[in-house]
Amino acid sequence: MIELGKYAGPVLAAWAVSLALLALMVAQTLLADARARRALEQVERNRG
Amino acid sequence: MSIWEYANPVKFMRTSAAILPWVAGGAAVSLAVGLVWGFLTPLDYKQGSTVKIMFLHVPAAMMAINIWVMMLAASLVWLIRRHHVSALAAKAAAPVGAVMTVIALLTGAIWGQPMWGTWWEWDPRLTAFLILFLFYLGYIALWSAVDNPDSAADLTGVLCLVGSVFAFLSRYAVEFWNQGLHQGATVSVRPGDRISSAYSYPLYLCMLGFFLLFVTLLLIRTRTEIRRRRTAALLAREVQG
Amino acid sequence: MIALLVRDLRLATRAGGGFGLGLAFFLIVCTLVPFGVGPEGGTLARIAPGILWVGALLACLLSLDRIFALDWEDGSLDLLATAPLPLEGAVAIKAAAHWVTTGLPLVLAAPVFGVLLHLPGAAQPWLLASLAIGTPALSMLGAFGAAITVGLRRGGLLLSLLVLPLYVPTLIFGAEAVRRGAAGGDGTTPLVFLAGITLAVLAAMPFAAAAALRVNLR
Repeated sequence: MIELGKYAGPVLAAWAVSLALLALMVAQTLLADARARRALEQVERNRG
Repeated sequence: MSIWEYANPVKFMRTSAAILPWVAGGAAVSLAVGLVWGFLTPLDYKQGSTVKIMFLHVPAAMMAINIWVMMLAASLVWLIRRHHVSALAAKAAAPVGAVMTVIALLTGAIWGQPMWGTWWEWDPRLTAFLILFLFYLGYIALWSAVDNPDSAADLTGVLCLVGSVFAFLSRYAVEFWNQGLHQGATVSVRPGDRISSAYSYPLYLCMLGFFLLFVTLLLIRTRTEIRRRRTAALLAREVQG
Repeated sequence: MIALLVRDLRLATRAGGGFGLGLAFFLIVCTLVPFGVGPEGGTLARIAPGILWVGALLACLLSLDRIFALDWEDGSLDLLATAPLPLEGAVAIKAAAHWVTTGLPLVLAAPVFGVLLHLPGAAQPWLLASLAIGTPALSMLGAFGAAITVGLRRGGLLLSLLVLPLYVPTLIFGAEAVRRGAAGGDGTTPLVFLAGITLAVLAAMPFAAAAALRVNLR
């Protein structure tokens, strides 16, 4: 078991917050990319 | 073969697609190893387990500053040589930098609570980061407020230049205003100031991981912006024709 | 150049030009703060330098969007851009006009508001000096922000978000000079820094503001 001592609360909170923010940013980036890709494909299909 | 070839969007799309898996893989591996290693480090005799916050706090703070510097460089390239990819890269980097600043501030607050007995202290480093965050917010808001993409790139570029000078100035003004609690730079070249190697290796790995993560996100977001720009251009042509 | 300055001043002082609004706003801030903080003279005296400086800063912010907005709407900004006078010069003149109509009255009225807030008498000269040195920088930085946001629909709110972070160094050194004066000390050091910032801003910002204006006029 990992030793966290008496500061377990703050440490876990800091890690949870940071990892959640990073995950949100990655998810947002990927979603926006997928959306842009779809939109471009649709426009190119309509044109061609 | 010069670096300016990557200013061509088509060339950029091809090259970035080729290197993206490698950078993303590198980011995933170094982050996974660095973070797990950092989480398993022994307790510090003074700070207890709170040193583990360092593996997120320090890389995030480092990237928060470096991303602004990268935006400054990209803005200069846009303003001087007018390469669109450069302007779009600056735009793509800003939200990542803002999130890094938030992570640095939040982990710092959570770390400060048990160590200094306060969530927030008007300490020079903390205050300077808060100001940096405001600059990020203004930069992002300006991008989203201007409709014409070229004007937006110009205006945000000028704002980035002026903002850099003032962010730098604020840093020293704030130091003048209040001497702080925060320790100096953790990763220092001066011997004796260094943290012990049990912490430094995972820390370096986390820094590398954060850097590669930023590059990955930057590449993806820039590709998104290029696609959006192309979609808008095609739609505009359709309306005209 | 003189003609432009006179024209701007006349426009600002005419009825509906908004002249004096900043001053009234400053008065209201100085009236409201004691209601929020409590009427004890000691507390008020301690926070007076900060309140006065933040109040001056916000009062200045209030009228920034007028620097270019009206000229933008009626097209005279396009005329200015094609006039023989360099746009940098026009920007500097407009910032100067803004300072004369909002900054200067604030500087002159500040000692009165200082009395309202129990600012120690020893700090009064420092307040006057720091505001006199610092407010031109506020107007010039504001002109830069106004130049960036001039054509935008939601310009007003964005303007404050862009400009306020730029005010940080000026605010720090200005308030610090008054605080040192209030403590009976010597505020020369922050005052010198403040003067340095103002001079640098006055020298460099007209170019940045004119560049932003050219983009918006394109």
